[in-house]
Order: sequence, then C-alpha cells, then structure tokens
Amino acid sequence: MNMENNRPETVKSVAGGMAIDTAVTGEKNLKMDGTEETTIKMSARNLDVFYGEKQALFGIDLDVPEQSVTALIGPSGCGKSTFLRCLNRMNDTIDGCRVDGDIRIDQSDIYDRALDVVELRARIGMVFQKPNPFPKSIYDNVAYGPKIHGLAQDKDELDEIVRSSLERAGLLKEVVDRLDSPGTGLSGGQQQRLCIARAIAVSPEVILMDEPCSALDPIATAHIEELIDELRENFTIVIVTHNMQQAARVSQQTAFFHLGILVECNATNEIFTSPSDERTQGYITGRYG
Amino acid sequence: MSPFFAAIVLIVLITCGHFLGRRRAIQTANGSRRLLHSLPHYYGLYVTLWTGVPAVILMALWVPLQPYFLDSFLIASLGDKASGLNSDQLGLLLNDIRNVADGNISSRRNDPTIIAAANRLIEWRQLGYAGLLVITLGAAIAGLAIARKRISRTMRARNAVERVFNAVLFIASLIAILTTIGIVLSLLFETIRFFGKVPITEFLFNLSWSPQTAMRADQVASSGTFGAVSLFAGTLLITAIAMIVAVPVGLMSAIYLSEYAPRKIRDILKPALEILAGIPTVVYGFFAALTVAPAIRGWGESIGLDVASESALAAGLVMGIMIIPFVSSLSDDVINAVPQTLRDGSFALGATHSETVRQVIIPAAFPGIVGSVLLAVSRAIGETMIVVMAAGLAANLTINPLEAVTTVTVQIVTLLVGDQEFDSAKTLAAFALGLALFCVTLVLNIIALRTVRKYREKYD
Repeated sequence: MNMENNRPETVKSVAGGMAIDTAVTGEKNLKMDGTEETTIKMSARNLDVFYGEKQALFGIDLDVPEQSVTALIGPSGCGKSTFLRCLNRMNDTIDGCRVDGDIRIDQSDIYDRALDVVELRARIGMVFQKPNPFPKSIYDNVAYGPKIHGLAQDKDELDEIVRSSLERAGLLKEVVDRLDSPGTGLSGGQQQRLCIARAIAVSPEVILMDEPCSALDPIATAHIEELIDELRENFTIVIVTHNMQQAARVSQQTAFFHLGILVECNATNEIFTSPSDERTQGYITGRYG
Repeated sequence: MSPFFAAIVLIVLITCGHFLGRRRAIQTANGSRRLLHSLPHYYGLYVTLWTGVPAVILMALWVPLQPYFLDSFLIASLGDKASGLNSDQLGLLLNDIRNVADGNISSRRNDPTIIAAANRLIEWRQLGYAGLLVITLGAAIAGLAIARKRISRTMRARNAVERVFNAVLFIASLIAILTTIGIVLSLLFETIRFFGKVPITEFLFNLSWSPQTAMRADQVASSGTFGAVSLFAGTLLITAIAMIVAVPVGLMSAIYLSEYAPRKIRDILKPALEILAGIPTVVYGFFAALTVAPAIRGWGESIGLDVASESALAAGLVMGIMIIPFVSSLSDDVINAVPQTLRDGSFALGATHSETVRQVIIPAAFPGIVGSVLLAVSRAIGETMIVVMAAGLAANLTINPLEAVTTVTVQIVTLLVGDQEFDSAKTLAAFALGLALFCVTLVLNIIALRTVRKYREKYD
C-alpha cells in the first residue's frame, strides 16, 4: 500500500446528504474539536446508469470512506450491484450500458478519457458472487495479477507476493503443500478466499465485493466475514450483500438502495437501530424486499 | 395379397388399438381419469405396442425367410432335374424359374418343366403371403386382445410403455456400434486375405508402391510391390500442410469472432465461414487443380524452383482452407462456452482483453480446441477428392511439398475404380489400406478423447 502518495484529503463526511455522526474510521480522523471527519476514498455524484433505454440508477450521491467497510443493501434489482460495477468500470464490458455523472477516486475522475481503465482496475479489485478461480494452479491464480502488472522483479519476489496474499486471505495454511494443484479443485469457501487472495495480490486500494458469501455455507461465510474485518485495516471495502446480519456485522457504513435510488446512507449502527426513512425501516425489519 | 396389404391392415389395427386401449382405461375407472395410474394415452400406447411390435417382428422375419424356403421347396420338387447340378448351375436354374414366374425374359421360357415349376412358385408365393397375412394379423389381434384385457385401474401402463421406449433407444444406440463393428470385420477379413498374398512386412516396411498384378504369368511387369509407407507419408505431408493453414487461421478467426467482433460483423462473418463448409469438396478439388496448382508452379518457376504441376502444396493449401470452418466454428463454440465470470475475474484484476484471451480463455477452452483440431485432422486424413484432383497419383516418398505425392485415400479410389477381380492382391490392397487408415484415425480419436478428459478432470 502506498498511502503516502495518495495525498489523503480530509472532507467533512457527507453521505447521501446526511452527516455521519458516529465513528466510521479510526481515531486518526478525529479532530480536536470532537467532530468526526473521515478521508473519502471514492465518491459518486449525481450518478445515472442506463441499460439501453432502461434507467437502473437515479442520481446517486455516495461517499466511500477510506479503510472501512461500506455495505450496500437493498432488494434484488435495486441497482446495488450496478453501482458497485460502476466503481471499477466493469459496466464497460456490458453492451448498451451508459453511465452519466461523476465518480472519483482520490479526487480524480475515473471516467476521464485520459484514464487507463486497466490501471484503474488494478487499483480497485473485485470479488464476485460466485467464486471464479481461473483454470490454473492455485499459485498461478494468485500470481496472475502481479505477472500482468509486472509487480515482481523475479521469481522469489513473485513467490513472496503469492505467499503473503494467500496468508492475508487466510488460505495459506490449507493450501501450502498443494500450490500446484488446480484452484478449481478447492471447496467453495476456499475458492472464494483464493479469489480474495488473487485480488489482494495486485495491492489494490479498494476491494469491491459483490455478494461474496451468497454461494457459501455458514462456516465459510463466517471465515470470509472475519477476513473482511481484517482486510479493513489496509483496504477500503465496498460490499454488496443480501444478508442484513452480514451488513451489520462487517460494515461501518451502510447504504440502502431501492428501485435505483439511494434511499439512505448512514453509519451502520444508525441504519440498523434508527433508520430515518420508513422504506429502510421496512426493509431491515423484513417487511419487504 | 401382398406384404403391402398386410402392412396397411396392421396400421389400421394399431390405430384402433390405441383408441380401444384409451377407452377401456377410462371405462375401468368409471370415467374418472384421476383414478387411473397413468394418463389415458399411456394405456392407448400400451395396447398399440402389444398390437404392433409382435406383428412387425413376425413380418420382418417372414419376408426375408420366405424366398429361402420357397427355393428349397422348389429344388425338392424338381427332383432329378436339380440333383445332378452344382451350386452355380442350380442358382442359374432357380433364377430362370423366378424370371418366368415374374414374367421376365428368360432363356429357357419354353422348357415345360420350368414353366410347371414357375407356376408352382407363383402358387406357393400366394400361399406364403396369405400365411403372412394370417399370422401377422393374428398376432396383432391376439396382442390387442391380451393388452386390452390386462388394462385395469392400477395397471402401470406408463412404466411399461417407458420400458419399451427405453429398449428402443438402446437398440438405436446399438445400430451405430454394430455397423462400425460390421465394417471393421469386413475390412479385417479382406485384409487377412490380402496378407495371404502379400506379406505384411512388405506392406508395412517396403518403400515402393506399384500395385500391379499379372493377368497372365508371362506378362511384362507382372510383379507388384505393395509398400504403404510412401502413401502414409504423402497423407501425412498433405495433412500437415492443411493443418498448418487451418489451425492458426481457424483459431484466430474463432478468437476474433467470439471475443472481439462487434455483433454486426459477427452476424455476417460466422454464417459466411460456415458457407465455406458447405462447398462440395469436388469444387475445392478443381479449384486446387486448375487455379492454385498452376499458380504455385508459376510462382515457383519465377524464383527458380522446380514445381510439379500437381503438388502436395496445392492440395494441402486448399484442403487447409476447406478445414478452416471446422476449426473456427467448433473453437468459437467452446470459447463462447467459457463462463463470463472468468472473463470478469480477469478484467477486474486489470488484465487487458488480449491478456485475458491468452491466459484465461484459451487455457479454459483448450480441451475443446484440441478436440476440434483433432477432428479436423481426421477430416484431412480422410479427405479424397481434393487430393485425387490436385496432388497426383504418383507414390513419391518425399517431404518436399512441391512434388506430386499420393495419399491412402487416393490409392483406395484408384484401386477400386473400374472393373476389378475381387481375388487379386491389387483389389484386396484397398481393404488393407482402409483398415490401416481406420486404425490411424482411431488412434487419433483416442488421443483426442484422452486429452479432453485429462484437462476436464483438471479444470472442471
């Protein structure tokens, strides 16, 4: 992580038009006067997304604070995955998808023509709903990203990146003696941690997770949630989840989407204890969605 | 009174059986379908099968067996006239009788014993067909009655019908296998006869191929040699040239079509490529012989090379073009079958499109690509028309693509074209070549299956 180069800019935290009034990140952002300020890693302003004629997102304003977990919740089809895929421009690969508005990472526009999308995606990693290891060995799965970005000088350095990434994804112990066996031979939960290791290996600044636990059993899910909590120390994480308990457990900030609109965004404990919008209230108490 | 008439009556009975079975089933349930074990039409099908299957089997046995039995009756009735004849003469005599009976022209139409025999034959045939009608229709009616009687509310008609269809499917799958076994056996027996005349070591190791056999013992050039090595070398050379053309072009076009082409271009290009597969090989053949071969010769002469007017290069190039659609279409399908999630995973790591194609998609699609390439190889080895027209007939043992060579298939064609006696080594050599070719493609297919399975196990 090269935090020094990012010139963190302290902004009064505004999320969905509402001030966040609980501790979102660590003490280092606590100002002398007691008001809490956070460093904003990514921000979306006035974001509209269209799939052909159909509009999927309507004027989204959302800030993603650095080194914290932001959970996106909402019923299916509400646009939370669409929003997530805008953050690393994965929507570019979908025919007929159009994005209007402004998304910034460290204050620079990610839809800028001069920006190289390949470089952007190296800074913003992604973990998908279904574990999708490449048809390669465990080692090569993790080494793939560092290799294409030339992050390792030699074989030893590459080995080190692979080991440390697997270590941080909590997978190393289980696979250390079979790094050459295919990644597709692992169990679902192990595959998902392999995908996380693969994402970590390129040292991204942000990791996007699109329902990373929805294909996993409860034990594997607990594993991943623990991992997310540890990763927060070094990465900014945005996670889409259908599991409200999960959002409550792992995130510091929660955003509720409904029908393509960002209904409410606030500190997670606020959202789950005293939501200000009755649609949020309805969703988290299970009345619809 | 003919088998045709019996068939029509049988069809009528089968149709009736269906309705009767249905009605009977509904009757036994007092009109309430919900009380039946199966849907009513299963009872109809059940009766249909009982009516039709035994009758059809009987008919299928009777029709080919009848002439055989009639012949032996005829021979018995001819008594002395037939007893002194050998089998060829007897066959001739029976043929005459049959011709007279059918009203065809025969050399012995005025011989009274023949006419009498022919009349007996006509009579027996009538009798036979009547018997056929009685027996098959009897079987059909009996089957119908038995099946109808068996129908009850709890009878599991659906399970019974499905068992029958299961058996039908099994038999259908056997047909392909049995045909293959039959072909291999027929090749094998002729090949063994061939190796009785020509030693197997000559076939496998002799380098020269000149398939002549003598009509008379004192004929000039009466000795032939049957060394297949040069034929297989020619086949290999042309196949290699074809694959050098087809694999890269086919694979690259498949990658372009499935990964890079905009939808509009893909919609035009893909069918266009498939049209290439629809061109008859004989058209490719004269294209190779009349356009490509002279062009290559002209080009070769202009840079001082000695090029035969029929060259392996011309045939191989055109064959390669012909095979492109096989490689590209099949590879395109397997590349498209690579899950989108793998592409997304690679893109999300910041890989470019070409890195994704090279390092993720091609490895994932590899088993399928190998399969399509080996299929193309089998196709190239078996291809005949282009090589007949463009590669020449001279058996040359060479790896120079500018010379004329010949292939196994071409030699099989030339050995069997025209009048042949089927006991000469020359003709039998075709079967030996066919068997050898079959073995080669078999080995290729086994390798293909092995490769595909190996990678399947690894990546699925």
